[in-house]
Amino acid sequence: MIKAKNKLGLVFFPAFDWAISSTHPEREERLLYTQDQIFEEGIQDIEGIKFYNPIIAEEKDMQRVHFCVPDVKSRLTNSHFISVGGAIKAFQSVIDKEVDKSFALVRPPGHHAHRVVYGDRGFCIVNVEAVMLERIRQEYGPMRVAIIDTDCHHGDGTQDIYWNDKDTLFISFHQDGRTLYPGTGFIDEFGGPSAYGYNINIPLPPGTGEEGFLYVLDNVVLPILDEYQPDIIINSAGQDNHYTDPITNMNFTAQGYAELNHRLNPDIAVLEGGYSIEGALPYINLGIILAMAGIDYSNVHEPDYNKDKLKQSREITEYIKQVSEIIYNRWKDKENLRLKDLKGLDYVEKSRQIYYDTDGILENQVQNFKVCNKCSGVNTIKSRSDGGYNIYAITIPRDACSNCIDRGHKLYKNTPSDNYTNVYLQDRVNDIYYSK
Amino acid sequence: MIVGLDMGGTHIDAVIIEDGKVINTVKKPTNRDNLFESIWTTLEELVSGYDKSKIKRINLSTTVSTNAIVEGKTSPVGMIIQSGPGLPHDFLACGDENIFISGYVDHRGRVVKDLDTNEIKESIDLFREKNIKSCAVISKFSTRNPTTELTIKELMKKDFSPITMGHTLSGKLNFPRRVFTSYLNSAVYDTFNDFSNNIKKSMEKESIYAPLYILKADGGTMNLLAAEEKPVETILSGPAASFMGLNAMLNTDKDAILLDIGGTTTDIFFLADGVPLFEPLGIKIDNYKTLVRAIYSVSIGLGGDSSIDIKDGKIKIGPKREGYPYAFGGPKPTPTDAMIVLGLMKDGNKEKALQSMETLGNQLNLSVENMAREILDTMGNIIKEKIDKLLYEINSHPVYTVKELLHGKKIDPKLINIIGGPANVLAPILEKKFNLPCYYPKNYHVANAIGAALAKTTTEITMLVDTAQRILSVPELEVYKKIDKNYTLNSARKKAMELLEKSAISLGAKKDEIEAEITEESSFNMVRGFYTSGKNIRIQAQVKPGLIHELRGDEND
Repeated sequence: MIKAKNKLGLVFFPAFDWAISSTHPEREERLLYTQDQIFEEGIQDIEGIKFYNPIIAEEKDMQRVHFCVPDVKSRLTNSHFISVGGAIKAFQSVIDKEVDKSFALVRPPGHHAHRVVYGDRGFCIVNVEAVMLERIRQEYGPMRVAIIDTDCHHGDGTQDIYWNDKDTLFISFHQDGRTLYPGTGFIDEFGGPSAYGYNINIPLPPGTGEEGFLYVLDNVVLPILDEYQPDIIINSAGQDNHYTDPITNMNFTAQGYAELNHRLNPDIAVLEGGYSIEGALPYINLGIILAMAGIDYSNVHEPDYNKDKLKQSREITEYIKQVSEIIYNRWKDKENLRLKDLKGLDYVEKSRQIYYDTDGILENQVQNFKVCNKCSGVNTIKSRSDGGYNIYAITIPRDACSNCIDRGHKLYKNTPSDNYTNVYLQDRVNDIYYSK
Repeated sequence: MIVGLDMGGTHIDAVIIEDGKVINTVKKPTNRDNLFESIWTTLEELVSGYDKSKIKRINLSTTVSTNAIVEGKTSPVGMIIQSGPGLPHDFLACGDENIFISGYVDHRGRVVKDLDTNEIKESIDLFREKNIKSCAVISKFSTRNPTTELTIKELMKKDFSPITMGHTLSGKLNFPRRVFTSYLNSAVYDTFNDFSNNIKKSMEKESIYAPLYILKADGGTMNLLAAEEKPVETILSGPAASFMGLNAMLNTDKDAILLDIGGTTTDIFFLADGVPLFEPLGIKIDNYKTLVRAIYSVSIGLGGDSSIDIKDGKIKIGPKREGYPYAFGGPKPTPTDAMIVLGLMKDGNKEKALQSMETLGNQLNLSVENMAREILDTMGNIIKEKIDKLLYEINSHPVYTVKELLHGKKIDPKLINIIGGPANVLAPILEKKFNLPCYYPKNYHVANAIGAALAKTTTEITMLVDTAQRILSVPELEVYKKIDKNYTLNSARKKAMELLEKSAISLGAKKDEIEAEITEESSFNMVRGFYTSGKNIRIQAQVKPGLIHELRGDEND
């Protein structure tokens, strides 16, 4: 029998009885053929691969990361608590040393979910990786983590959540925001005042293939990881860079995804998007499982795989080389860039408009980051949605100094609740959530 | 009159049951060199003096196929395997010759790349050259489309027999297990068919015309004809026999723990609402994980004759049996010696039993009686710990729907049923440890033969309906046919029950005894683009194990 070199935990939870709607890409059928492939390959008989059921996440887990408006219960379904619970279980199995690595194949996905949640955007309501990670930090203590988002869409939600957190390096490579939802993820989105340079976007041109993805990995992602030295690497493992994906324009392959995971060597992978449910997902998921378990994946490919047809053009190769160089140099130069861009500021303000495509909601928000020389600084969000909400949300970050803790609580106390429909305070130091 | 016979590693037990009562029993040692002879002499002795024309059926649980596999006395098998892209395939080479051919069928059953008939011709030449007669043909996803396997068999059937096709053994998805199960089926085919021919001849000679059934590992039977076709289904029926015996003697419709405590091992089974728990995919034999459906059973090396040592101040029982108990002239102290010391068993040399307990007791500063009590208590602890662990594993088996995860059935035992030599001694101990009532029958000695005798025919089918491709398939029944694109879940259910009943009858079931049920069903909307292209309906249905009739009489009062 085949034996896994790395013990691998698999949380495979296809949620066969849950859909956004019956013809939506995020529907019951999404992981059906992946299950068929995993079962037929006999993955459950491989020594060293262990299957886990999800645990069920709690309301408190969501409140550590999100401001759900008006509250958690009215925004989430059971499937969200389970999807997140699946990811938490995956992480726990690694940190408890039951396995070496783990992969949570759960749905719905989460990387488009921002801190404020009015509804569903990009099929996401809660940010699965972030809620997982903050629960684990709460239970097991501080850790330095790198999240590598390999979904074809920019992980704008994860970027928002870790925007000002130096202990969580976020790298997203994705199809250029000028050509695809959510339209963000550009090089100059570089992080908040306390984590300037720790949010790295690598926009790639449509048509990028195996060569391009692996080039970016080898020349940008891996060198940065090498310098950052994270305790844990998480792959936010979207699968829609695949050449058969119906809603994107990339040329990546199952073999490429397997190779990427082999080289990236993540501790935890969590499924994100990917909607080529028959032609891509069964093979990509198999490839990721084998690569993470340290089993030969050289024979994993799609039935219609044709290497020559999927080769990227020379122009794309050249372009990616240039982009990679710019991004890596910016990382190396992040201290100077911080001094240049943020010097002397007490506050950094960021205004934006967020569209919830799945639910058709428009949000306007202003974030305000206090620049504090002792900690990441208290920060606030004023947000208004066209659904009639008008909220004020305060976050005291995990590493907050006593001044910032006080400042946060005073802000909450002194904000009259009749000016807003809802006022929230997230006190991460004491792990308490208030709302009025 | 029903005849039941269970052949174990050391003994053969046989019973005659008439009107629900055991009217005759025979126990004989197994002659491993001639299994047929062992069975036949036992049967002859059992029925001598009875009117053979009144025998309604004979149910056999045999180790013929099991032994052949475990002892490596099987026929050489030529394997043709189409493994397609995916896992590396070297580990599938279980035959004497293994040819991996090109071509591929995908998860929907679409032939992505055709097979190359030249490769088959070359395989045929090679197998002939090597004088191989038995073959097996397996393709990945053959349960979704058996065409490849059928085509290859057609090309080979002139030169080879048997040729096992993977899809006929199980409809479940697991390619490596399908490969191993097909291999084993061809490997034991000749051995089992020799055996069955001998039985048939001998029965004819003795003018026994009762139908003969063979017990399977799932606690059910099939007729001899079916067993001859799929002899792999006859492996490891022993635990199933004792499981069915336990159920015949101590019936329940609750969640329960069932224990068969013997001399060397303790077998553990579970019931969920009175229904046996099955292995999720199939039983493991030797190093082969198979798709042979089986009752979930776990055997631990703990029995009345397990040898006892003291290690680091702790009592260690088993997992080995090193001979008879000390009181019966064996080399080591055993739980049986402890029972003799405590007056719970009358047989054996009490002096020697006392001696053995004394030696152990001295090491732990315990009196002879206390030592003996500690040993039985430790036995109880070992069983409790193991069962707690198993229940945890069982209750955390993977589920795939929100509903199951939130509200799925968890096994919560309400009672323990025990058979075996030390049952009466351990019952009060386990009762305390588990805080559950324990029951044991008065007479357990031929429980396994009774279990074999009373086992009904069982079967299971796996149906897939793909209305986009307009195909309905039940691989194990070799059904693969066109259907209307408006086919519904309801019609699929009906069809499944109809096919299941037909299958049970072909395996020897009587129409009125068939209790068919659907165990799993799902129906997925298949959407391509923004439109529904069809339905993907999946049904699992079974005739579950059951008793031909209840056992009456003084077995458990």
